[in-house]
Amino acid sequence: MADSGVTDGAVGKDGIQQAKIEGKELTKEEKQRLRKEKKQQKKNKEKNDENASKESEEKPVSAAAPTPTQPSQKAPSAVPTPASLPVPVSEPQPAKSKADMKAGRRARQESERASKKKGDAGQPAATGKAKAAPSELQPVVKRLPEHVQVDNPDVLKKLAKKLEKQQIPLRLDYGHKVSLFSHLHQYSRRAPLTQQIGIPSTVIHPAIVRLGLQYSQGIVAGSNARSVALLHAFKQVIRDYTTPPNEELSRDLVNKLKPYISFLNQCRPLSASMGNAIKYIKKEISNIPSQCREEEAKSKLLSCIERYIDENIILAAKAIAKSSIEKISDGDVILVYGCSSLVNHILCEAFEKKRKFRVIVVDSRPRLEGREALRRLVQRGISCTYVLISAVSYILPEVSKVFLGAHALLANGYVMSRVGTSQIALVAKAFNVPVLVCCETYKFCERVQTDSFVSNELDDPDDLIVTRKGRTQLEHWQEVPSLGLLNLVYDVTPPDFVDLVITDLGMIPCTSVPVVLRVKNVDQ
Amino acid sequence: MELQAVLMAAGGGSRMTDLTYNTPKPMLPVGNKPLMWYPLNLLERVGFEEVIVITTKEVQKMMSTDPKMKPDVKMKLDVVCIQEDGDMGTADALRHIHSKIKTDVLVVSCDLITDVALHEVVDLFRAHNATLAMLMSKAHEFTETVPGQKGKKKTAEQRDFVGVDESGERLLFMANEADLEDGLSIRKSIMRKHPRMHIKTGLVDAHLYCLKKAVLDFLADNKSISSIRGELVPYLVRKQFSKTINCPNIKDDADDQNLKMNDGSTNQELVISSRDEPLLQLAQERSCWNDHRGDMSEAYHGGKLRCYVHIMDKALCYRVNTLAAYIDANRLAPKLFEEPAVHSTAVISERCQMGSDSIIGAMCQVADKTSIKRSTIGNSTTIKEKVKVTNSIIMHGVTIEEGCNIQGSVVCSNAFIGRGADLKYCLVGNGQRIEPEAERTNEVIVGTDQLMEI
Repeated sequence: MADSGVTDGAVGKDGIQQAKIEGKELTKEEKQRLRKEKKQQKKNKEKNDENASKESEEKPVSAAAPTPTQPSQKAPSAVPTPASLPVPVSEPQPAKSKADMKAGRRARQESERASKKKGDAGQPAATGKAKAAPSELQPVVKRLPEHVQVDNPDVLKKLAKKLEKQQIPLRLDYGHKVSLFSHLHQYSRRAPLTQQIGIPSTVIHPAIVRLGLQYSQGIVAGSNARSVALLHAFKQVIRDYTTPPNEELSRDLVNKLKPYISFLNQCRPLSASMGNAIKYIKKEISNIPSQCREEEAKSKLLSCIERYIDENIILAAKAIAKSSIEKISDGDVILVYGCSSLVNHILCEAFEKKRKFRVIVVDSRPRLEGREALRRLVQRGISCTYVLISAVSYILPEVSKVFLGAHALLANGYVMSRVGTSQIALVAKAFNVPVLVCCETYKFCERVQTDSFVSNELDDPDDLIVTRKGRTQLEHWQEVPSLGLLNLVYDVTPPDFVDLVITDLGMIPCTSVPVVLRVKNVDQ
Repeated sequence: MELQAVLMAAGGGSRMTDLTYNTPKPMLPVGNKPLMWYPLNLLERVGFEEVIVITTKEVQKMMSTDPKMKPDVKMKLDVVCIQEDGDMGTADALRHIHSKIKTDVLVVSCDLITDVALHEVVDLFRAHNATLAMLMSKAHEFTETVPGQKGKKKTAEQRDFVGVDESGERLLFMANEADLEDGLSIRKSIMRKHPRMHIKTGLVDAHLYCLKKAVLDFLADNKSISSIRGELVPYLVRKQFSKTINCPNIKDDADDQNLKMNDGSTNQELVISSRDEPLLQLAQERSCWNDHRGDMSEAYHGGKLRCYVHIMDKALCYRVNTLAAYIDANRLAPKLFEEPAVHSTAVISERCQMGSDSIIGAMCQVADKTSIKRSTIGNSTTIKEKVKVTNSIIMHGVTIEEGCNIQGSVVCSNAFIGRGADLKYCLVGNGQRIEPEAERTNEVIVGTDQLMEI
């Protein structure tokens, strides 16, 4: 499960801490204890030094825990924070420990900066900033990201204010939402965000406007494609960037990127892979030494981006293809779902290595992405069968393996992928057919989710409307008050249904995802 | 910067010489605003801050003195003057300002009156990384009677054949009836790629184009192309399906292709490329999107040169290049802006009957017992008593004496209509005098110097 254990000294308070993080209901005594401690901390404001030093001790330990609160400060909408399930529990908490959280976060930031620069300046800064720093209680209450709190008017107001400051227009929701998903955004493709920005866009770089438009219209779709396109656009931004006088490139460029990321988020919610790519770029930018010249810094960033794409997408695909080919034997009947660029790549490579197999492509409405997968496979010469997802249980007796692509792999081993994937995995499990998920490691994300309701994406409901024989039955669906059209994009598959995950680090079971994440964090 | 706006205001108005022989077309008043105010207003509303205006010296002089242009247009106008002899086509003009163009270009014609949502055209240009994006509109029938027209001359002389694909956005074929003497022939390669094509003839080209910078560089090298609409656009539409663009590695066939293309002296090829081309390719490859289905090719059939068109049907779109269009535009243009129908400085006596769909310009003087219905009265016009003006366009500085009856006519600037004159469906030229008690029906009254011009 959520491996966010903060192992610390004091037992009692740590127990509360543990409970908070795991999201269990706090018992009455624990709540009383919390209240008493808060009062004590307010009295102990003067004892900064001891607290600060204790803070810095806890920092390396707590930093290991999913550190979404930090990046969430910088780019709340970009990075998906662990959206823990029990919403009612976490809500009363922020009110109480906001000051503690802020102080704790600041102190943590300072110490990390200090450890980066290896300077002594870090410590006294931490002492200065950590006002009411609670030494024992580590306030790691996770804030819910904005995009899953759409039915909360305060959150919306905050978002509107933030966008106004960045001069990005707010995209309005469209149509009646199904009540179970009323906490998510639902946009219409016919009302693009470009309606509200001036035509020669001055606030947003033209490459980003083009990218946002391509996202919202679905021209660039698919996790890998979106990340590559994002990095391509960032390359243009970096090329056209000039440092204003009296500013440092490392800080100013990051600030420049923030409104762009908000804009892209408004066009279409960011994917996990994009979030990781953004995190990487921001880190690279802030790591640029201040004495570096602008030209040098820019070329360094450009080469970093190219290297990232090379390593994490192109070479990873090659490595995954190599491992998967071992799993494909002659005479296999492979089932694939939708259009995953990675799975298509694997199958084409296997075909070139002269393996004999045939493919069954399963497709679903309204996107009908399977047709594109079908075209790519048939173009290579692979013999394919095409069915809709309603026929999956009829066709599964023929299937020997199922290859699925993933949008993201969550920290608790759940696989987030196109809606319908969990269905396929479930039916395959019922038929005892092995399910293999192919996913690059840069798509691993530290979020935890056990169902598809908490965090998802709602696509344009008008996509579900179809015209047959000149009649469009659902044309006036908005006038029927009890009717809601739901066009979900993602769903999560539990690890029990997945037999193997093929990554560029090797073939791992689903439950090893947090290990990979931890290894990656340590590397960085 | 994303787009630079260029306004072509050097056109001669060759199809309405009666109106334009004294006033250049960009300054013709429509709803009491000069014609070029409308596209400038459109650009300003959308968010442009600078426009390059290509025009003649005469128009530039008039622009600086016109009361409407200065306060209303807040954008920075970079006026480039060219010769008035009319030999310079629109593409030649673009070549002339090539040094000023640093990025993609939005070319607008000065005679376009529209309230289109410009982002629809520009979005096509952005989203598909198109080389050309243009605007077209379903043609409206002109309902008003045109003064001076003898008999029904309603036939569309030169139709445009426009071929679009199933989605209605990709431009596949464009030709004018004049070029299709042997009939309409469509290449097999186009049919193979787009088996379903809709060919439309009732469309009006709004002369609003988004062009990539590479096209302007190409224009600078190829001096044989002189008109955007007549030559450049059909060339680009044809080039979409040419083999040289799609297969850059087949360089030896390039010469054969050039000869086959029959494009005269186009020596330099149009090269569409972007920075980080391989990365863009990679993103497109990995994306599970295709713009067509049913055949084995990738998105856009692998072509880099793409032309798109946005066809609007409901909104207002007029190209004021004929007299009929001018009259219709005068009727409908006021709906585009919310200015009061009667200018504040106009002096209108109380016993005047004024319809709500009429516009009175600045410093007008309208006397008693006049009746003004469905008309546009220009600035500084004097209308004496007992005048009936119906369905007419009166330009600036006109004096109309008592008892006149003007119906369905166009009276140009500084004309003088004597008392008791009765004009029906007439066009009174600039500075003309109509003698008192004259009765003219369906006539074009212009000066003798105009008659001498050819």
